[in-house]
Amino acid sequence: MSRIAAVLALLAMATIPLVAGEFYINLATQILIAAVFALSLNLLVGYGGLTSLGHASFLGFSAYACAWFSTRMGLGPTASVPIAILATTLMAAFFGLIALRATGLGFLMITLALSQVLWGLAYRWVGVTNGDNGMSGITRPEPFGISLASAGNYFWFTLVVSTIAFAMMTMFVSSAFGSSLQGTRDQPLRMAALGHNVWLVRWLTFVYAGFWAGVAGILYIYYHKYIHPTSLSISSSAEGLLSVIAGGAGTLSGPIAGAALLVLLKNYASAYVERWNMLLGFIFVLIVLVIPEGIVPGTRRLLGRLRRGDK
Amino acid sequence: MQFWIIQSLNSLALGGVLFLLASGFSLIFGLMRLANLAHGALFMVGAYIGANLLRKYAFIDLWMAALLSGLMVAAAGGLLERLVLRRLATNPLGQVLVTLGVSFIIADACLMVWGGDPIPVPTPSYLRRPLFVVGFAFPAYRVVVVGIAIATAIGLYLLLERTRLGAMIRAGVDDMDMARAVGIPVSKLFTAVFCLGAGIAGAAGVLAGPILSAYPGLDADMLPLALIVVILGGIGSLVGAFVGSFIIGFIYTFGTALVPDLAYVILFLPMIFIIAYSPQGLFGRMAT
Amino acid sequence: MSAPVPALEIIALQKYFGGLPATQDVSLSVMQGERRLMIGPNGAGKTTLFNQITGDFLPTSGAIKLFGRDITQLSLHQRAHLGISRTYQIITLFGKNTLEHNIVLSLLGLSPSRWNALRPLSHYGHLRAEARAMLDRVGLGGLADRRVSEIAYGEKRRVEIAMALAQKPRLLLLDEPLAGLSSEERASVKTFIAAIPRETTLVMIEHDMDTALELADTVTLLNFGKIIVDGTRDEVIRDQRTRMVYLGE
Repeated sequence: MSRIAAVLALLAMATIPLVAGEFYINLATQILIAAVFALSLNLLVGYGGLTSLGHASFLGFSAYACAWFSTRMGLGPTASVPIAILATTLMAAFFGLIALRATGLGFLMITLALSQVLWGLAYRWVGVTNGDNGMSGITRPEPFGISLASAGNYFWFTLVVSTIAFAMMTMFVSSAFGSSLQGTRDQPLRMAALGHNVWLVRWLTFVYAGFWAGVAGILYIYYHKYIHPTSLSISSSAEGLLSVIAGGAGTLSGPIAGAALLVLLKNYASAYVERWNMLLGFIFVLIVLVIPEGIVPGTRRLLGRLRRGDK
Repeated sequence: MQFWIIQSLNSLALGGVLFLLASGFSLIFGLMRLANLAHGALFMVGAYIGANLLRKYAFIDLWMAALLSGLMVAAAGGLLERLVLRRLATNPLGQVLVTLGVSFIIADACLMVWGGDPIPVPTPSYLRRPLFVVGFAFPAYRVVVVGIAIATAIGLYLLLERTRLGAMIRAGVDDMDMARAVGIPVSKLFTAVFCLGAGIAGAAGVLAGPILSAYPGLDADMLPLALIVVILGGIGSLVGAFVGSFIIGFIYTFGTALVPDLAYVILFLPMIFIIAYSPQGLFGRMAT
Repeated sequence: MSAPVPALEIIALQKYFGGLPATQDVSLSVMQGERRLMIGPNGAGKTTLFNQITGDFLPTSGAIKLFGRDITQLSLHQRAHLGISRTYQIITLFGKNTLEHNIVLSLLGLSPSRWNALRPLSHYGHLRAEARAMLDRVGLGGLADRRVSEIAYGEKRRVEIAMALAQKPRLLLLDEPLAGLSSEERASVKTFIAAIPRETTLVMIEHDMDTALELADTVTLLNFGKIIVDGTRDEVIRDQRTRMVYLGE
C-alpha cells in the first residue's frame, strides 16, 4: 500500500520539470537535497537518540572537498566525487570516535564544538578554502554524456540520487541493525546485557549518517556551484535538526516534510522578511513548545482523533 | 622576547574573558543539567547594551555599564527561565533546542537594532597608559581583566562554599530529589542560578568590550570557545572552567599569532586528548 | 584429574563507591547446573554483586571467572556472548515494542544477523518463530503482538525472564523474578523456573523464601557486602548466623 503510494509520489515528482517553471524546479531540487541531509541526521537523532548539532560538518566538508579537488586539483567528477565522499566518511569515523565518548547533552556539545572548529577553519584557512569569498568555478558533471546544466536535468539527477538514499536509509532502519539501533536508543544497558555492542552500533550509525550527509553535500555543491563557510555554520546544522524535529524524529516521512517546510519558508518568507535567522529561532521555540513530537506524528494523532470522533 | 610576553598577557586576558563566559554556562549546567546555547548570545547582547550605554550617557563609566548590562541580561535570563525553559523541565533536549532558537532570535535582533558595523567599547582613560614592569610595556586594561576574572572566580567560590545559597546549590547539584525533599526551594534556586549565569555573561560582554568590541557574530565566535572550555574542564565544574579558560586562552592566542590559518584546529587538539583520556573532562562529573 | 571447573567463580571481589564498600572480599563458586539462591536484607549488596558479574560495572579489585575463564575486564556485551544472561529487579523492557520484538532483540543479541543493515528484520522468519515459541513457554504466546506497555505487571516479569531464557544462557542471573507477583503468578513462574534445564546454571536473588528455597540447592547469605553464610540450603537455614541477620541479635 505505502509502496504503491511511494511509487506514485515518485512518478508525480518526476513530472515536475515537464510542468513547472525553472524557479519551482529549483525549489524542488533544494527540497530533495535538504531531505537527504535531514534523513541522514534522523538516523542519529530519531533512531539512535543521539542529538547532533554538528551534522552540517559532513555536508559542508564533502561540498568543500569536491569543490577543492575539482577546481584546485583539476580532477573530474569521477574522481572528485568518490574522493570527497570517502574523505567525509573517514572524517565522520574520526568525529564519531570523539563525540561518542559521551551521550545526551555531552554528545550534542561535542558535535557542536567539532563543527564550529570546521566552520572556523573554512573561514580562516584562506589559502585552501578562499575564506569568506567561498569557492566557485565548479561545473556540473555529465554522467553518461547527459548534461546536468539545465534545472530540469539536475532535478532528475537529484531525484534519482535521493530516491536511492531514501531507499537505503529506509532499509537501514527496518533492518536487524536498525532494530538494534533503536534498542540502544530506548534501553542501552539492556541492549549491552543482551550482547549488543552499543558503542559500535552507535559509531557505525554515525559513520553511515556522515556518509549520506556527504552525498547530500555533493548534490549541494553541484546545485549551487558555490560553497561558503555558512554551509558549515551552526545555523546550517540547526536547520537540519529543525527539519528532523519539526517533521517528526524517528519517522521516515517526517524529515522530508520538515525539510520541505524549511526550504519553502526560507524561500518565501525571506523574500518578504529579511530576518531568516530570527524566523528560524521562532520556529524552533514554537515547534518545541507546541508540537514537540513533530508535524507528521502530530497530524497523524490529530487525524486519528478526528476519525474516532466521527464514529 | 617581547612577543612572547605580550602574547602571554593577551592569553591571560582572553582566558579571563572566557572564564567569565564559561563559569556562568558551567554553573547553569551543573545545577539545571541545561546546556544553555544562548549563552554566547547573552554575552553579545551584554556587549551591545554596554557599548550603547557608554555612547549615550557621558556619566556612565565602563564599570557601571558592565553592572547595568549584567543586571539587564540577568533579568532577561530570568524571564527566559520562568516563561519558557520551566515548561520544558522534563525535556532536556527541548530546552537545548529552545536556547538555540533564542540565540538565533537574539543574534538577529542585535543585527536589526544595532546594525552590522562593530561598535567599539572605549577603554577607561586612566587604564589606557601602559603598565611598565621590568622594562616591558603591558596594556593596563588587560591586566585588570585578568584581575576581575580571578576576583569573580574567588567570589563564585565563596558564594558556593560559604553562603546559604551556595549550600543549597551544592545540595541541588549533588541530588536534586533529596534537595527538594529537605525543603530547598529548587524552583527559585533555578531562576536565581540562571539569572546569575546570564548576568555574569552580560557583564562579561561589556568587560571584554575594550578588547573584542561589540559586533555581529560575536556570539558565534564565543560560544564554541566556551563549549570547548567546559568540555575540557569538565561540564559543571568551576575549577575546570577556570583552568580550561586559561588553557584555551593560551592555545587560541598563540595559535592565532603563530599559525593564523590553523588556530581553530590547534584549539581542538587538547579537547580530543582530554576527551579520549577522560570523557568527563579534567575536573568534571559524567555528562549525560 | 582435577576438580570440575565451576560455572562461576568469584575471587576476593571488592567494590567501593567513593569510599563506601559495597562488596567486601566476596569469594564464592557456583558449580555447573547448580541452583544458587542469594539472600540478605535490602542493601546487602546482592544486586551490586550481580552487576559486577554481568559487567555493568567493574570491581575495585578481585576476579570473576566464568567456566574457568577470567572475565573480570570484559564488557557487558562480551560476557553475554560467553553465556551470561540476566533479568532486572526493576523491569527493563522495550515498552513501545511488541513482546515478540522484545524477544527478537534478545535473540539478535547473540546472532551475527544483528549487523545486517541490508535485509528487513521482518524477513527473519526463524527469529520470530523462535521468539513466539519462547513466549509460549512462559505462557504469553497469546500476547506476542501486544506492546509491552499495554500488558500487566506480572506479564512483564515473565517477559523479563523469557528475554533472558531465549538466549539459552549457560549462566542465568535472576534478580527478584517473583517481586510484585500475586501468589498464582508466583506459582506459575516458579514452575517454569523449575523447568529450566540443568545445562543452565542459575543464580537467583529473591526475598520470597517460601518459593525460592524450594528452587535452590545452595544458598549464600550476604550482609553489608560480605558473605555471612554459604552452603547447602539446609545448612544455611539451620545456621545460627542466618537467624542473627534476619532476627537481629
